[in-house]
Amino acid sequence: MGDGERGSSIVMGFVLSSVFWLVVGLVVGLWVAAEMIFPALNLTPWLAFGRLRVVHTNGLVFGFTIGGIFACSYYMVEKLTRTPLAFPGLARVQLWLFNAAIALAALSLFAGMNTSKEYAELEWPLDIVVVILWVMFAAIVMGTLLKRREKQMYVSLWFLIACVVTVAVVYILNNLAAPVSLTKSYSVYSGVNDANVQWWFGHNAVASVFTFPILAMFYYFLPKTTGLPIYSHRLSIVAFWSLVFGYLWTGAHHLMLTPVPEWIQTTALAFSIFLIAPSWGSVVNGYYTMNGHWDRMKSNYLAKFFILGITFYGLQTIQGPTQALRTLTGYLHYTEYIPGHVHMGTMGWVTMIICASMYFMAAKIRGREVHSVKLANVNFWLILVGQLLFTAALWVAGIVQGAMWKAVNPDGSLAYSFLDGVAAMYPFWAVRLAGGLLYFAGILVFAYNLYMTSRPAPRTA
Amino acid sequence: MSIYDKPVTFAMLAVAVISVGTLVTTFIPLFLPSTQPVSPLVKPYTAPEVEGRDIYIREGCNNCHTQTVRPLRTEVARYGDYSKPEEFAYDRPFLWGSRRTGPDLARLGGKYPDAWHYRHMADPQGMFAKSNMPAYPWLAKTRLDDSLTARKVRVLGYGYDEAEVSRRMAEFRQTVSGPAYPAAVLRSQVTPEPLRGEATELDALVAYLQRLGADLKAAQRGPIGPAAAKAAEARNPFAGNKTAEEEGGKIFRENCRSCHGERGEGGFGPKLAAKSHKYGGTDAELFASVANGRPGGMPPFLSGLGKDRVWKAVTYIRRLEREEK
Repeated sequence: MGDGERGSSIVMGFVLSSVFWLVVGLVVGLWVAAEMIFPALNLTPWLAFGRLRVVHTNGLVFGFTIGGIFACSYYMVEKLTRTPLAFPGLARVQLWLFNAAIALAALSLFAGMNTSKEYAELEWPLDIVVVILWVMFAAIVMGTLLKRREKQMYVSLWFLIACVVTVAVVYILNNLAAPVSLTKSYSVYSGVNDANVQWWFGHNAVASVFTFPILAMFYYFLPKTTGLPIYSHRLSIVAFWSLVFGYLWTGAHHLMLTPVPEWIQTTALAFSIFLIAPSWGSVVNGYYTMNGHWDRMKSNYLAKFFILGITFYGLQTIQGPTQALRTLTGYLHYTEYIPGHVHMGTMGWVTMIICASMYFMAAKIRGREVHSVKLANVNFWLILVGQLLFTAALWVAGIVQGAMWKAVNPDGSLAYSFLDGVAAMYPFWAVRLAGGLLYFAGILVFAYNLYMTSRPAPRTA
Repeated sequence: MSIYDKPVTFAMLAVAVISVGTLVTTFIPLFLPSTQPVSPLVKPYTAPEVEGRDIYIREGCNNCHTQTVRPLRTEVARYGDYSKPEEFAYDRPFLWGSRRTGPDLARLGGKYPDAWHYRHMADPQGMFAKSNMPAYPWLAKTRLDDSLTARKVRVLGYGYDEAEVSRRMAEFRQTVSGPAYPAAVLRSQVTPEPLRGEATELDALVAYLQRLGADLKAAQRGPIGPAAAKAAEARNPFAGNKTAEEEGGKIFRENCRSCHGERGEGGFGPKLAAKSHKYGGTDAELFASVANGRPGGMPPFLSGLGKDRVWKAVTYIRRLEREEK
């Protein structure tokens, strides 16, 4: 096996693992969406909402997204450095360790071993495994960069480096805990500090998992699929540094109007508004890249994934900062509006970009065209319509819920009990479930199409 | 030569750039005592409460319930006084949550009697048909494992020793399994026979839920805010008003039925379809009971329902009294 082939088989290993965990995570997601409507589905401790929701989020963040990031990063790093992957043996070990860790993580969360800190729920022994996996990732990426044959590092590589260092810093600091046993520990921070550290982590996990590496893919695969060079190198430099600088200040916008010190909240709010600019720097860069070539949205089956993806990223990065405004946070926080926001980012932006990148890589690696362009289009429309139905239902639900919580009678008393607010949600939750099912159907089409594309090439006589 | 062709320098620069915001908004506040102030009014959790809190964490209750009341008028009216930083000094981890699929729980302690929780955890829809709270019947069927409690308390640094842990746990077991426990009837309905003499996971969870916000409530003594204002009104403006009585019935079914029974025959709360009432039967006394609540699990309703609807509920209670005769 040559160096290049070795790299390719590792990339494909991560692609297929990531898609496997995507399907698993979505099945759990559909189950919890149904539990919202039918509480009788909380059949056993292992299937109760409080545990399953965490399996859903962790499965999709760590299994699907991180798996997809590993796959795309190794591919991009090899191509952009024109160098075979450093430490391919280590990468193979990492692939197996990754799958074992995700399986163990899911089992431990099912069993209720859970620190309660969002997206950092894994108990300390698994945290250590995550750190080991990340050190392997850093060694392979940096090792390849150091022996590269291409002098200049392209913008995608900057975003990957930012991803490597930011995840390392926020993950380790937020997960510091004092163990009681192998399966139980307590955060080293207490109360307000724990909240502040957690959401500094929570927000920057979003930055360094759902933003930096996905932008890296966007900057690499959009020009590759369309054959159009990225519009402005200078714009990407400005956008990169201001994004990386600004993100770390904004965690406390998840904690508006809580006992977290006022100045931390206000600082977070100010930087959240500031972040619109660098986020849109990438959006504008993407749109201008297509300038004069918009016909490729029709002629190139992958272009629409990237352009719709970056559009949802643009909408996401406007919606997010506005939610931090004190008036709006007072109205919308804790309502269904927020899961609506999150799912536009994950189902719209992240999945669109990773799906398209995987199609591209699988076809290139196997040296053939995608199995079916028609199925890829079906995949696109199903996940687009599914996502829009899902998120729009939750936004409206959140606005209704926020209004009911705030409504008062002329005498100043509350117009609705909490239960009235719950009862009003059922129709919206049903639409959300329907949207989720459509989206899931799209993902099944994707998995099938990708699998058919990535079957080993037949040896022709 | 630029940083874009030096990966290691680039990585170090990236670390420096992300460190600025981290230092200012996260790291430095860790060392400012004002970020997490400590008050003598707020005490560490007791041993059974520590175990109850860990069950809350294990079951992921924080995925649907918040534990922080924001300083917003309707939020204070719905839940109680807004959260203060001092209240969380012993919370490791914090459990503020991020979504209210269910209501906020920061002021839950003492709001309902223990018996309410035993029934609610076993069968939420039996109490509130429209609720989507999952039932947790298995908690009452699992013996509380306290083998790690002493170690947990040591790690948490709560300042009491192993002997105190054993004493508190033994006392707790005795209280919840004793015949004098006010929730004894409900508890034995949901707890299987062999476990009735032991402490179960549900017992610990209820102890923890009853502690939420309790320190602050004790310190503030009595209702605050709008609830404190003009509680004792003398005369029911809706007395004899049929429409108000019908509305009162609706209010009763939504707010009172789960504790006092469909026809006021009594449940966790006292019988209301009766000639005499525990806290007095004059208009003013009934109004005060509903508006401000009473010790032992009657929540205050004035801030949520407002004066008129409290009076309408009282009007309906009068009808229940009449029907009883």
